[in-house]
Amino acid sequence: MNASTAIRNGWQKVFGAGARGARPAPGDTSHGTILYLEDISVSFDGFKALNALTLYIDAGELRCIIGPNGAGKTTMMDVITGKTRPDAGSAWFGQTTDLLTLSEPQIAEAGIGRKFQKPTVFEQHTVMENLELAVAGHKTLWTTLRSPLDRRQHERIEEVLETIRLQDRRSMRAGMLSHGQKQWLEIGMLLAQEPRLLLVDEPVAGMTPQEVERTAELLLSLAGKHSVMVVEHDMDFVRSIAHKVTVLHEGHVLAEGTIDEVQNDPRVVEVYLGE
Amino acid sequence: MTNLSCTLYAVPGASPGPPFLARRALWWLAFALMLGMLVRPAAAAESTAFEQALGNLATTNFKQKERAVGELLDARHANTRTVLNALLEGNLYYRKDDKRVFIGAAQDTSLRLQDPLTMSDAGIADASDCTKITTNNQLRKALKSALASFDLADPDADVRLAAVNELLRSLDADRVSILRARQSSENNDAVRTAIQTGLAIADLDSADADVRLAAVDQLEGSLNPEAFNRLSASVARADDGSYAEPDENVRNAARAALNAINNWRSFYSTLETLFFGLSLGSVLVLAAIGLAITFGVMGVINMAHGELMMLGAYTTYVIQLLMPQHIGASVLVAIPVAFAVAGGVGVLIERGVMRFLYGRPLETLLATFGVSLVLQQIVRDIFSANNRPVETPAWMAGSLQVNEAFSITYNRLYVVLFMLIVFAILQLVLKKTSLGLKVRAVAQNRAMAKSMGVRTEWVDALTFGLGSGIAGVAGVALSQLTNVGPNLGQSYIIDSFMVVVFGGVGNLWGTLIGGMSLGVVNQALEPYAGAVLAKILVLIALILFIQRRPRGLFPQKGRAAES
Amino acid sequence: MQTSHPAIQLLIGERGTQVFLALLLTVGVAAPIMHLAFPEGSALHLSSYTMTLMGKYMTYALLAIAVDLVWGYCGILSLGHAAFFALGGYAMGMYLMRQIGTRGVYGDPLLPDFMVFLNWKELPWFWQGFDMFWFAALMVIVVPGLLALAFGWLAFRSRVSGVYLSIITQALTYALMLAFFRNDMGFGGNNGLTDFKDILGANINASETRVALFLTSAAALGLGYLACRYITLSRAGRVVQAIRDAESRTRFIGYRVESYKLWVFAFSAVLAGIAGALYVPQVGIINPSEFQPINSIEIVIWVAVGGRGTLYGAVAGAVLVNYAKTYFTATIPELWLYALGTLFVIVTLFLPKGVVGLADKFALRRPAARTVTA
Repeated sequence: MNASTAIRNGWQKVFGAGARGARPAPGDTSHGTILYLEDISVSFDGFKALNALTLYIDAGELRCIIGPNGAGKTTMMDVITGKTRPDAGSAWFGQTTDLLTLSEPQIAEAGIGRKFQKPTVFEQHTVMENLELAVAGHKTLWTTLRSPLDRRQHERIEEVLETIRLQDRRSMRAGMLSHGQKQWLEIGMLLAQEPRLLLVDEPVAGMTPQEVERTAELLLSLAGKHSVMVVEHDMDFVRSIAHKVTVLHEGHVLAEGTIDEVQNDPRVVEVYLGE
Repeated sequence: MTNLSCTLYAVPGASPGPPFLARRALWWLAFALMLGMLVRPAAAAESTAFEQALGNLATTNFKQKERAVGELLDARHANTRTVLNALLEGNLYYRKDDKRVFIGAAQDTSLRLQDPLTMSDAGIADASDCTKITTNNQLRKALKSALASFDLADPDADVRLAAVNELLRSLDADRVSILRARQSSENNDAVRTAIQTGLAIADLDSADADVRLAAVDQLEGSLNPEAFNRLSASVARADDGSYAEPDENVRNAARAALNAINNWRSFYSTLETLFFGLSLGSVLVLAAIGLAITFGVMGVINMAHGELMMLGAYTTYVIQLLMPQHIGASVLVAIPVAFAVAGGVGVLIERGVMRFLYGRPLETLLATFGVSLVLQQIVRDIFSANNRPVETPAWMAGSLQVNEAFSITYNRLYVVLFMLIVFAILQLVLKKTSLGLKVRAVAQNRAMAKSMGVRTEWVDALTFGLGSGIAGVAGVALSQLTNVGPNLGQSYIIDSFMVVVFGGVGNLWGTLIGGMSLGVVNQALEPYAGAVLAKILVLIALILFIQRRPRGLFPQKGRAAES
Repeated sequence: MQTSHPAIQLLIGERGTQVFLALLLTVGVAAPIMHLAFPEGSALHLSSYTMTLMGKYMTYALLAIAVDLVWGYCGILSLGHAAFFALGGYAMGMYLMRQIGTRGVYGDPLLPDFMVFLNWKELPWFWQGFDMFWFAALMVIVVPGLLALAFGWLAFRSRVSGVYLSIITQALTYALMLAFFRNDMGFGGNNGLTDFKDILGANINASETRVALFLTSAAALGLGYLACRYITLSRAGRVVQAIRDAESRTRFIGYRVESYKLWVFAFSAVLAGIAGALYVPQVGIINPSEFQPINSIEIVIWVAVGGRGTLYGAVAGAVLVNYAKTYFTATIPELWLYALGTLFVIVTLFLPKGVVGLADKFALRRPAARTVTA
């Protein structure tokens, strides 16, 4: 190690070390499972948002989560991404990464990306800048202060821009985009992060049928390389993408299986589909 | 007992000066108050003896003065006490030409004279025409004894108690005998205890060790400072290694007694600190509770809150200017008026500024800070930049003496009570009225409340007015405790915010408990750190606390609170 | 986007910056010449008073930039920046006090007058080293910086934000004010530090020294501006603005929001400290009233008036408001608080982007101007 890298490493420690150097490679999926949620409970003022929830996601799987309002879908995502700490239970990303000990940025660095229910892009920033913020790479202050994006990152952004078809909007402020475009931009930001597990909350809300179709294609193309967890109300959309569906009810898993199995499950019919 | 029966027929005779009939009603009132007042029946004879004794005071000879004091005492005239007191305070004069004695009040170079016989005004005399009847140490001591023994016969137990304590301050054989004489006839427990304490202190000087031991036992647990001093002195070691108290047993008993006394003293001083802290906390709660509504319920930062308190304080001042004859009632009148004034200004602020800024708390902070500057300057222009004098009503002055080590001043006591009343009323308004229901509804879910037909704009204005009005009411209380000036508000605003944040935003109980605990902690630190440093320490502690629990003592929980 | 060289982008990438740099350069060159080269009475002569006033405005402008960086760009409304300013000022004041030496009223070679007055026998430990300029200069940076780091570390780590943060920063400066008012603290209590004689061996009241201080202030303002501009133009700057707009979103894409906030806050505190250090020798006094909470709020209003989120806006706001203050307090002092108060209200209600935003609006209406900005 020469002097300059030593200094650089020192600075990186001071400015908050990157996740990569600090821990073993996250999300070790040698057992074929990328996410383990076991007996997770969360309560707000006595209301049990999650009640001993146990759920596993396989590596490369595309899983749909459905459930009536208040079933705990968003809270579950909050737990996975570190926003909410559960009262009990464990959450592991692969074999080696205990999610409950990590902060939100650490979890993001470990390889879990999230798209929110309400599209939250940075409205004051341009489309390009939004992707630039999201793109995978060192995200410490020292790096972002000192160096512009490298070529690989630029290429990645171009790729994503193409995927989400916003090339000609790249210099437009994100706040000026249409609702569907914002949804796409957010998905694009998720892609730019290159996460291993994507949490996608209601991706097609407010989209036109064509956009829905393209979203379904995109999510399907991601499966295999990435693991994807989709929360969605739109049953047609779920049917079009899902291999396996999990039904949440009152904070725990009510049923799990293919969409047909689930739809024919009398308990599910009672709490959800029968409405 | 005898005193009481005497008074029944003594009162008319004792009433000096015409017009008798016109004063009759007053005198009956006084009679009711003075039931049992010591006045002897042979009023005329007394007057003569009194007059003679007075005449004897007009001398420069201290021996003669001392005799005259004794004669005055024997005369037991209604005005004896006043005269002796005037002598003690150096307000007794005799006119050089006729050697008549007067009570005088100095006015520049002249004296306003008062006839001690009738207590009527005797005109103004040039100061050079009169000689002050001077006192020396010995005479003053005699006077104090005389006054004390006079007071010992007073029908009011408080006066008797004060007299005993005066005697205790420096005991000598005369005083001890006065006390001993009174001991048997005293029927009030507190006074009797005090007398016994005094006699026990005297007994500490006894040659008989058993008597001293008994005296030490008697003094155990006494809170009288004199008893403490004497006991401490008796176990103190002189330079040569000897003790003031020769007997070992007595010394041990004295040490035990001192220990017990110290325990009681520290108990009461803790109690006092607690009470001071609670009263300080009450001021904080009063100042913060309006803020808790506007900040906690509406989510806006009202930096002009302090100035609304200032308006309340100035309202009190103006009310007192309007009704100078009724200072006692003025404060009570000021409360609703201040509520209306500050509440009105609050509604104006809400309609004029706040309503454009909902959902942008940082902007409300800046805008209302501007409003606060304007309000300060308005007050400066109207009332000048100097502090305005606000009078304290008589019923708020003084203190409640619980025992020798613990007393409660009335203004602090009233502040605590007042705060509790305001808090209770506020809780009632928020919990039991339809306005309160709407306020809470809007606070929880504005859009939903609106869609259910709640006129949110109206509710906002009223809520803000309510919070501001309470600031005004707090200002009335502050006017009794602190200087009323244009900067009054500024000195409370940071504290108020800290209380709200400490207690947990959106929780009135949190504000109450937060304010009270801050008050107590501040007060408890003060003896060790001094007032300013205590405050600094509390601020630092608060800053650290907020980092530990960013949502205060009693946070609102749930998903809604997180967004 | 970044088509031109970064350095060019930094200097002239923005019209407001061009105007600012040009003005700063002009004033920085012209004012000393007009002060030194033209005799008193000449129409072109600039009085020492005016030049010092301009120097003072420049330190205020630097302070405004510091606040704008944390508030306008990072969304942290600090109501405690006056504390960093004052701490920098005190560090410089302590150096200047030590330079007085035997020329004080009591003539003590070591102890400043107020310590002799308090009957102190020796210099407190925290006054050691302040006789050396380099040490004082270091402290100007270290003290506000460390305080900001410690405070920010505690606050940001536990996610104190928004109004809560504003309130505790205000409590911080209030606590410091109370502390510095205490004589026992050893900073001159009420009266603060004053009666300075020399700075770096030169008479502090001499024309040449005044010019030097003025030039230093101008340079500090220029460099501070460029440093902030560098930050805001970098990726880190965009991260910081992302934090301002959607903090938790920024966290979820993998940024350590606390770390960004902390360093921006600390850097801003250092700038404020430098501004304070340059302010003190020019006004000749530093006392605890500089810590007053109202001062911090005033700085915020400079930025708001000028236009938060643009650095030149912050500069414009600081100069405008302070010029107005100088003017009002000299001519109609009783109206100043009304004017300032109304300004707070008007700016927050009607000018969310400040006068700079207003100017931009007018500029956009004229098609000719449009091509220039694009």
